[in-house]
Amino acid sequence: MGRIQLENVTKSFGETQVIPPLNLTIEDGEFAVFVGPSGCGKSTLLRLIAGLEDTTSGNISIDGEDMTQVSPSKRGLAMVFQTYALYPHMTVRKNIAFPMRMAGLSDAEQEKRIMAAAESLNLVDYLDRKPAQLSGGQRQRVAIGRAIVRDPKAFLFDEPLSNLDAALRVGMRIEITEMHARMGTTMIYVTHDQVEAMTMADKIVVLQAGVIEQVGSPLDLYRNPRNLFVAGFIGSPKMNLIEGSEATKHNATTIGIRPEHIDVVPDSGTWSGKVGVAEHLGSDTFFHVHETGLTETLTVRAVGDVALKHGDTIHLSPRLEELHRFDAQGMRLS
Amino acid sequence: MAIVAQSSKTGRVSRATLAWIIALLFFFPIFWMVLTSFKTDADAVKPEFLIWFTPTLENYVNMTENYDYWRFATNSVITSVFATLFALAVGIPCAYAMAFNPSRSTKDVLMWMLSTKMLPAAAVLYPMTFLTKSLGLFDTHFIIIVVLMLINLPIVVWMLFTYFKEIPKEIIEAGQMDGVSTWGEIREILIPLAWGGIASTALLCFIFCWNEAYWTVRLTTTDAATLSKLIEGNRAPEGLFFGRLSAVSAAAVGPIVVLGWFCQKQLVQGLTFGAVK
Ligand SMILES: Nc1ncnc2c1ncn2[C@@H]1O[C@H](COP(=O)(O)OP(=O)(O)OP(=O)(O)O)[C@@H](O)[C@H]1O
Ligand SMILES: [Mg+2]
Repeated sequence: MGRIQLENVTKSFGETQVIPPLNLTIEDGEFAVFVGPSGCGKSTLLRLIAGLEDTTSGNISIDGEDMTQVSPSKRGLAMVFQTYALYPHMTVRKNIAFPMRMAGLSDAEQEKRIMAAAESLNLVDYLDRKPAQLSGGQRQRVAIGRAIVRDPKAFLFDEPLSNLDAALRVGMRIEITEMHARMGTTMIYVTHDQVEAMTMADKIVVLQAGVIEQVGSPLDLYRNPRNLFVAGFIGSPKMNLIEGSEATKHNATTIGIRPEHIDVVPDSGTWSGKVGVAEHLGSDTFFHVHETGLTETLTVRAVGDVALKHGDTIHLSPRLEELHRFDAQGMRLS
Repeated sequence: MAIVAQSSKTGRVSRATLAWIIALLFFFPIFWMVLTSFKTDADAVKPEFLIWFTPTLENYVNMTENYDYWRFATNSVITSVFATLFALAVGIPCAYAMAFNPSRSTKDVLMWMLSTKMLPAAAVLYPMTFLTKSLGLFDTHFIIIVVLMLINLPIVVWMLFTYFKEIPKEIIEAGQMDGVSTWGEIREILIPLAWGGIASTALLCFIFCWNEAYWTVRLTTTDAATLSKLIEGNRAPEGLFFGRLSAVSAAAVGPIVVLGWFCQKQLVQGLTFGAVK
């Protein structure tokens, strides 16, 4: 079990309020991802849930039990830190055993769980090493191992993969997602990488300046961004946001169209322009198009390898059914 | 390239020479004291015996047989050891709280602690003697231990605080998430990680306790008197017994110099950079 509920939670550091009143429920077994730009309060929110920071006001409950005043060690949550935070003076085995030893588990039970964790995380050969003798990826596995052995109500991850190289990151991303599918434990995962958010989450919480901009499933956010911020934040490459007369044509202050929803047509599309940078990925081609008569540079995603290069003329047609419209306040118009 | 290497080499040589000169300058009084301690009181003041003299152990024999050196030494050990242990017992939790759960006034508290070191000891001489005497604590180990601990506590807390600050906060927080109590945290995580820093703090505190002379001389007569008191007692007003005084002084600083020698690596490491990296 692990249903986490935040009611009117606020957090101030001195005079500055970093989290204005905030309400959020994370259901039992859910994989929730907090995303947002740097400094928006993701870590602070996670640390409030963990109990590592005190709330300024409001309540946090886990499984219906008020935990606002409960110390982190008694909340039954496990956390994986960005910097791994392994105990440098203990071997991998002792690191993993530590929370179980604190919980007073028998030696036999500890050993059983250590072996199970070590096998699932490929750590069997490293159990007697110290953290300093491990690679970044291995250290991260140990940190995860230390979290899983104690069977927590929920896992909290604070950008656990941001210190790893790209290839390792993709591998670990899949491992954590599989771990969630296997165990079904609630997980809260903080990241500023929206690809991680899209691929891992059941539920994405988009934050800006401590305020929840939108909560929803990845596809929900992709298809129906509630406002300009979410529209620009979710999706890669970013949605094209166009203002001015082109937007007025659609009765909006701003219109948004995703790069994958603009078709490259042979001649005379809605917009014509010059190819600036062409990024050929093989499976896709990204074009950055200038001189379309719009002030904004358009990003276009064409499927497959399209043989256009720098300086060529390109004709484009947006799929009107995929167009997003926003009002002067940046809110979505239905 | 060659020129750069050359100049840095001369730089290194001259720096080493300078370091040696300074070190010898500092060492000379100790050397002279030890040398004098092997002279008779009569020889000690005669210029012709400056270097060339007949060494004698007379002063040392005299000291152990007639001046009860071992009792003073035992008192020094007891008071310094216990004062250091108590200072650590108070200082570790204190520095832990300030390093990992700082409040808005932590910096001020630290400054205030240090400011107590600026109080001239003589200013509280009368109340202190009066209090200890009327409480019946005069010339007891207890009062010496308490006083030594209190006067060193600011330094101990400051040093420990700086060492603890170097431990990444996340490691302490990971401990909390792993369900460890505050005492468990200190025992299982903090002390093992800051071991080098704690050891050098303890060593320094011990040295300060051992060398302390203002209060140990004034608050004792015989029962709790330390080596400082022994030296003070041999300071004859006529200034004649240099041999004897040197022997007593050498025997008083001897143990601490030996201790410092054995622990110098630890000390230097502890005083220059943190143990956790
Ligand atoms: N201990 C603190 N004291 C004062 N301000 C703090 C403290 N911790 C965080 N803040 C402020 O709170 C805001 C949110 O910080 P937080 O670390 O939660 O951001 P974040 O979303 O995790 O950013 P990042 O993606 O860079 O990790 C920031 O403006 C930060 O400056
Ligand atoms: Mg953060």
